[in-house]
Amino acid sequence: MLLFTLLVFAGSIGAGLLGALTGLGGGVVLVPLLTVVFHVDIRYAIGASLISVIATSSGAAAAYVREGFSSVRIGMFLEIATTIGAVFGAFLATRMPTRALAIIFGVVLLYSAWLSWRQSRCHDVEAGGSSPWSDRLRLSGSYPDGAGGQHSYKVDRITAGFATMFGAGTLSGLLGIGSGAVKVLAMDHVMRIPFKVSTTTSNFMIGVTAAASAGIYLHRGYVDPGLAFPVMLGVLAGSLLGARLLVRARVSVLRSIFTVVILALGVEMILNGALGRM
Amino acid sequence: MNLRNSKFDDQKMETIMGRLLQIGVLLASAVVLAGGAFYVYAHLGTTVDYRTFAGEPSGFRTPKGLWHLLMQGNSAAIIQAGVILLIATPVARVVFAVIGFAIERDRLYVAVSLTVLAVLMASLIYSS
Repeated sequence: MLLFTLLVFAGSIGAGLLGALTGLGGGVVLVPLLTVVFHVDIRYAIGASLISVIATSSGAAAAYVREGFSSVRIGMFLEIATTIGAVFGAFLATRMPTRALAIIFGVVLLYSAWLSWRQSRCHDVEAGGSSPWSDRLRLSGSYPDGAGGQHSYKVDRITAGFATMFGAGTLSGLLGIGSGAVKVLAMDHVMRIPFKVSTTTSNFMIGVTAAASAGIYLHRGYVDPGLAFPVMLGVLAGSLLGARLLVRARVSVLRSIFTVVILALGVEMILNGALGRM
Repeated sequence: MNLRNSKFDDQKMETIMGRLLQIGVLLASAVVLAGGAFYVYAHLGTTVDYRTFAGEPSGFRTPKGLWHLLMQGNSAAIIQAGVILLIATPVARVVFAVIGFAIERDRLYVAVSLTVLAVLMASLIYSS
């Protein structure tokens, strides 16, 4: 018992650390770690992961706010989509066979690996499209440009962004992950919101989104105290440490190694699901 | 920064929200850590098996059952209470947003925040 708790705690620190360094979040590493390495039932793993996602998102919030990039309006507006998606996802999770969950998770892992690989190669284009609804919904905003001034921006393709956010919420509720990558994708690529605003706002949204499905998980008995305790504290500690390291360390090499790890875990989860070993 | 000191705006609202979240997480972590320490101590020497999914006992799933176990000093119940505190933290942020936008007299965003709050509440009530 003590050994198991310590090992899970250490593994969670590692998951939080890697999640923060790559920007994918702790849950993406944690769930496969618990199921593939510790042979935990995927439902317990998802429950514990979701709790750690809330902790990480809220724990990092104060640091993000200080930078002044996040937009409470964009966040709140899109949270309508993500929370409804999260409830839908949690509803699906309680009705889906665990093998299917494992396969979907594996596919998400492969996609994350691809995203992370691409991110290290090319940088996004700066674009300034805007939808007439941007001002009407008061989503336009500004952020400090680093030279003492303010850089203003508008929001584009709100309907498409809203729909993508619903998908992000569903994934989050279904798999117990923050799905920050999908949220950033929706804001950055679809709605053309500046990258720095997207990433910091996404962090805020993750906590609220996860809270929407956490109640359902708790009630269904997916959250085991003995597992949630080392996982929550471990991922929180790991991600806070990772955020500190991120300022100094060169992450490109680390990201390449990590991409391979994610790929392997993804394949493993799909195989396990397909062979019915979950 | 000193251009807008006393006025209540989005930036100020976010600063308070950030603090609120931080305090919530610290509190929840402290409760979970305390409960966890007792839990490990109480279960020393036992083996664990999470391979098969049994679902948690009903006492851990409802607020009433949890409160009952908490009063008995059940260590697992202390952890669950910490978890509930953690889930309540982002919910508190949305409640604060409703108040914040009301102070800014932004009716549209009071409505937006209330919608998010309604979804959160519906999921919590449906599940209890």
